[in-house]
Amino acid sequence: MSDVTAAAAHEEEHHIVSDGTFILVWIGLLVLTAMTVAASVYYPGKIGVGVAMIVTPIKAALILMYFMHLKYEKKIFVIMFLSAMAIFGVFLGLTFIDYLYR
Amino acid sequence: MSTNVSDINAGPHPHVVHRDDEGSKTGMWLFLFTEVLLFGGLFLIYSVYRGMHTPDFHHAAGELNKFMGVTNTLVLLTSSLTMVMSVNALQRNQMTKSLAFLVTTLGLSGTFLVIKFFEWSAKYHHGIFPGTDHIHELPHGEGLFFNLYFMMTGLHGIHVVIGMIIMTVVLFKMKSGAVSSTNFRMLEYTGLYWHLVDLIWIFLLPLFYLTN
Repeated sequence: MSDVTAAAAHEEEHHIVSDGTFILVWIGLLVLTAMTVAASVYYPGKIGVGVAMIVTPIKAALILMYFMHLKYEKKIFVIMFLSAMAIFGVFLGLTFIDYLYR
Repeated sequence: MSTNVSDINAGPHPHVVHRDDEGSKTGMWLFLFTEVLLFGGLFLIYSVYRGMHTPDFHHAAGELNKFMGVTNTLVLLTSSLTMVMSVNALQRNQMTKSLAFLVTTLGLSGTFLVIKFFEWSAKYHHGIFPGTDHIHELPHGEGLFFNLYFMMTGLHGIHVVIGMIIMTVVLFKMKSGAVSSTNFRMLEYTGLYWHLVDLIWIFLLPLFYLTN
């Protein structure tokens, strides 16, 4: 019976992502948040900051890809997004070079 | 020509209308980039000052209420989920479900602001607020930290308020039928905006609350 429903649902949601996927992404985001918070509480300092610096971009990527649909859009949207990030990266890089070697 | 149009509208409910959905989506993303760069400038200032006053930043961050910051993160992440479920439901022509999720998102956004209000009030009662004498007496780096905290969470808070206003407008448009399963872009873009607000908060959490 569940097979029939699944098949019917699949037929219907050609371009629509299932609610289940979004719930899984949400659970993933909660787990990653818990990891970041736990690391900052139990290993304050370098490890805590390091975990936050690795986990936070992963969380951002999950939101961008699934909630903001970038995974399902045309590639041009991903390229546009990465270009905007590259501009920000240049901005950040040049400022830090200025600040470090002033 | 007609194939092109139907290609653009090839969704769950193919419907030939003369609307440039790809163009409007591109426009929405370009707007989101300007938002990213607006906050990006503040993140940049934060990074440089943190580099210059690392111990002060770590000390000042210890004063923030971690519990409230984390709770607000959970509230916003959940509101992002209900937002995306609302869009999903509307695309499947489940209007009641979509409205219910949108109202839930509005409720969670309100919850976020209420928690933020209590957090800011507590700081205010301790004399920590931009322009107070106390904030001038603090070590320079701590003063910078708190000013950036109010500036960045404040600008983010304004975005939450704007998001709530837009959601309310879309809610009425859904009730009047102007936004529907065949014309869901306005709700979809409201969702994109809302997820960006969530995305920015995700970076604010470790930078302000989890730094000590």
